Amino acid sequence: MNFKHEFSVGPQTLVAMIMVAVLMVACGGGGGTRTPNQSLSRKGPGPLIQIPTPPAPPALGNVVPIVIDAGPVPTTASEINVAYVSVTVCTPGTYGATAACQTIDHVLVDTGSSGLRLLNSALYSNLTLPAVATNPGGPAIGECMTFADGFTWGSVRSADIYLGGEVAPSVPIQVIVDQPGGTTAVPTDCSSTGGINENTPALLGANGILGVGLFANDCDVCLLWTVPAAYYTCTSTGCTNSNVTSAQVVQNPVALFQQNPVTLVKDNNGVLIDLPAVSAVGATTSLAGSLIFGIGTQTNNKLGGATVYATDSYGNFSTTYNGPNTSYIDSGSNALFFNDSITMCRGTTWAYCPPLPLPLSATNTAASGGNSGSVNFSIVGVDPLGPSIVAANIGGPYGQNGWFDWGLPFFFGRPVFTAISGMSPPTGVPAGPFWAYQ
Amino acid sequence: MHFHTPISTMVKPPKMTTANVALRLFVTLAAICHVAAAHASLGGDSASVEADRAHMNVKHAARLTLSSTGSYTVHETILPTGTLVRQYVSKSGVVFAVAWSGSFVPDLRQLLGPHFDTMTARQAKRVHAGHRLVSQHESDLVIESGGHPRSFVGRAYLPSALPAGVVEKDIQ
Repeated sequence: MNFKHEFSVGPQTLVAMIMVAVLMVACGGGGGTRTPNQSLSRKGPGPLIQIPTPPAPPALGNVVPIVIDAGPVPTTASEINVAYVSVTVCTPGTYGATAACQTIDHVLVDTGSSGLRLLNSALYSNLTLPAVATNPGGPAIGECMTFADGFTWGSVRSADIYLGGEVAPSVPIQVIVDQPGGTTAVPTDCSSTGGINENTPALLGANGILGVGLFANDCDVCLLWTVPAAYYTCTSTGCTNSNVTSAQVVQNPVALFQQNPVTLVKDNNGVLIDLPAVSAVGATTSLAGSLIFGIGTQTNNKLGGATVYATDSYGNFSTTYNGPNTSYIDSGSNALFFNDSITMCRGTTWAYCPPLPLPLSATNTAASGGNSGSVNFSIVGVDPLGPSIVAANIGGPYGQNGWFDWGLPFFFGRPVFTAISGMSPPTGVPAGPFWAYQ
Repeated sequence: MHFHTPISTMVKPPKMTTANVALRLFVTLAAICHVAAAHASLGGDSASVEADRAHMNVKHAARLTLSSTGSYTVHETILPTGTLVRQYVSKSGVVFAVAWSGSFVPDLRQLLGPHFDTMTARQAKRVHAGHRLVSQHESDLVIESGGHPRSFVGRAYLPSALPAGVVEKDIQ
């Protein structure tokens, strides 16, 4: 914002401004958390890869493998129930022309958010991802993204994203920890949202987050309004809250997929997550599944007998379990979270520990009040499964009454579609936002 | 019950003169300093509720509701982001609970006062990592924060400061 264009400054105002300045100094204003830690910067240069033109995908080209394992830092921060994929990012516009791509493993697949976020420390220093700026050479765009358990802070940069045979060109992504415009501080309003600053692989539990949720971008409201702790314009002296344009907002890469080079259709209206069932003893070492792009666009992503549950514009539907609950299906939550009087674990203090696998049932209903269906699920105690467990049907209390979070165990043995709002689906497939499962 | 405030109700700041801007800034900053000094908000006095509102740029008055038992008052505020905040003030004037719901997490450093540092300090990763909700239950402080982008919900309260007859289910 240009101050001079808005106001003419008179003597009285100057006095007032000096008062403000004095007060700011007096109460330690202008703060923010300094982050000089060099381990947060990019890793050294590495071998960049070249994507062939067109990419040679297996079969239909709309599938990437999911792995559920102990995570990127298994020795010090062993993860449970986190689904990962590998994502290839390239300098925008280098498609097939020059070697300018890097594949990042252990990127968390999240149906609860939208947009790609990568830790700066997971990127090679010689990978060029141009900063998204307000105008060429102008202030850079920064973002604070809030999650239930913490936040990610960093710059918005542009990347070509390759997932299997799918390509999303010039997508604004968040580079976590990367300091937009050379600023050195996390904005105070960002850290004031509480939670942990998820700025390392151990704290994030991943090298990044691939948000393949219900929406095409991560903040519709930010296109209209300046919201605290969301988007900023930044220079070396600091960041200012700002709205963003549709070309600057971080976007769900699925919504931006080009025509699939094998089948010549766009698999851009949502995703299907297909994970195997997990027995009562859980899975140690690893579990494999698939992230499939498109809904009803290919032979491998047909809705078939799945029931469609529309969500509201906030990404919720409802679940009846010990009364009515606002609820959501979130592959990024590592358990089912709901309030009940089940015995708590002694070791894993946030989880339920029934002495035997506990069969339970709930009813999910579309937000519009349309489709409804019962869900049978079970909860096992996590403590007896041992520290090396990477997948199990676990649950824990939500805390706040009236809420139900269908986390990753909901996906075990139950293929789940997540449809993006505002896309043009093929004939016979409803428009998003919705979840669908059998 | 859950409150999702439509975007259309978001409040646009009125046009202001330069002097007004400076004065408002001064008042706001003074309020921030005052809050920092008084350690208000959760656990603070009822005046801190007004300081919170000033800090979070709320332009209109809170809706006050007396509880059915008369032992506390709920100060209900809709932030400019559309997020609904409820602060629970006992008859003796102590803010014993705060609850929020909406598309954006409110300024918890402001609303939780000194308890904000307790919240962040106790979030070190524990056995079996992965992502989940914030649920901190101590004898003197409970903080629960959940939801997902576009729909957050949470509450914090001081069990020892709950007025007689108030149970945790009353704090929504």
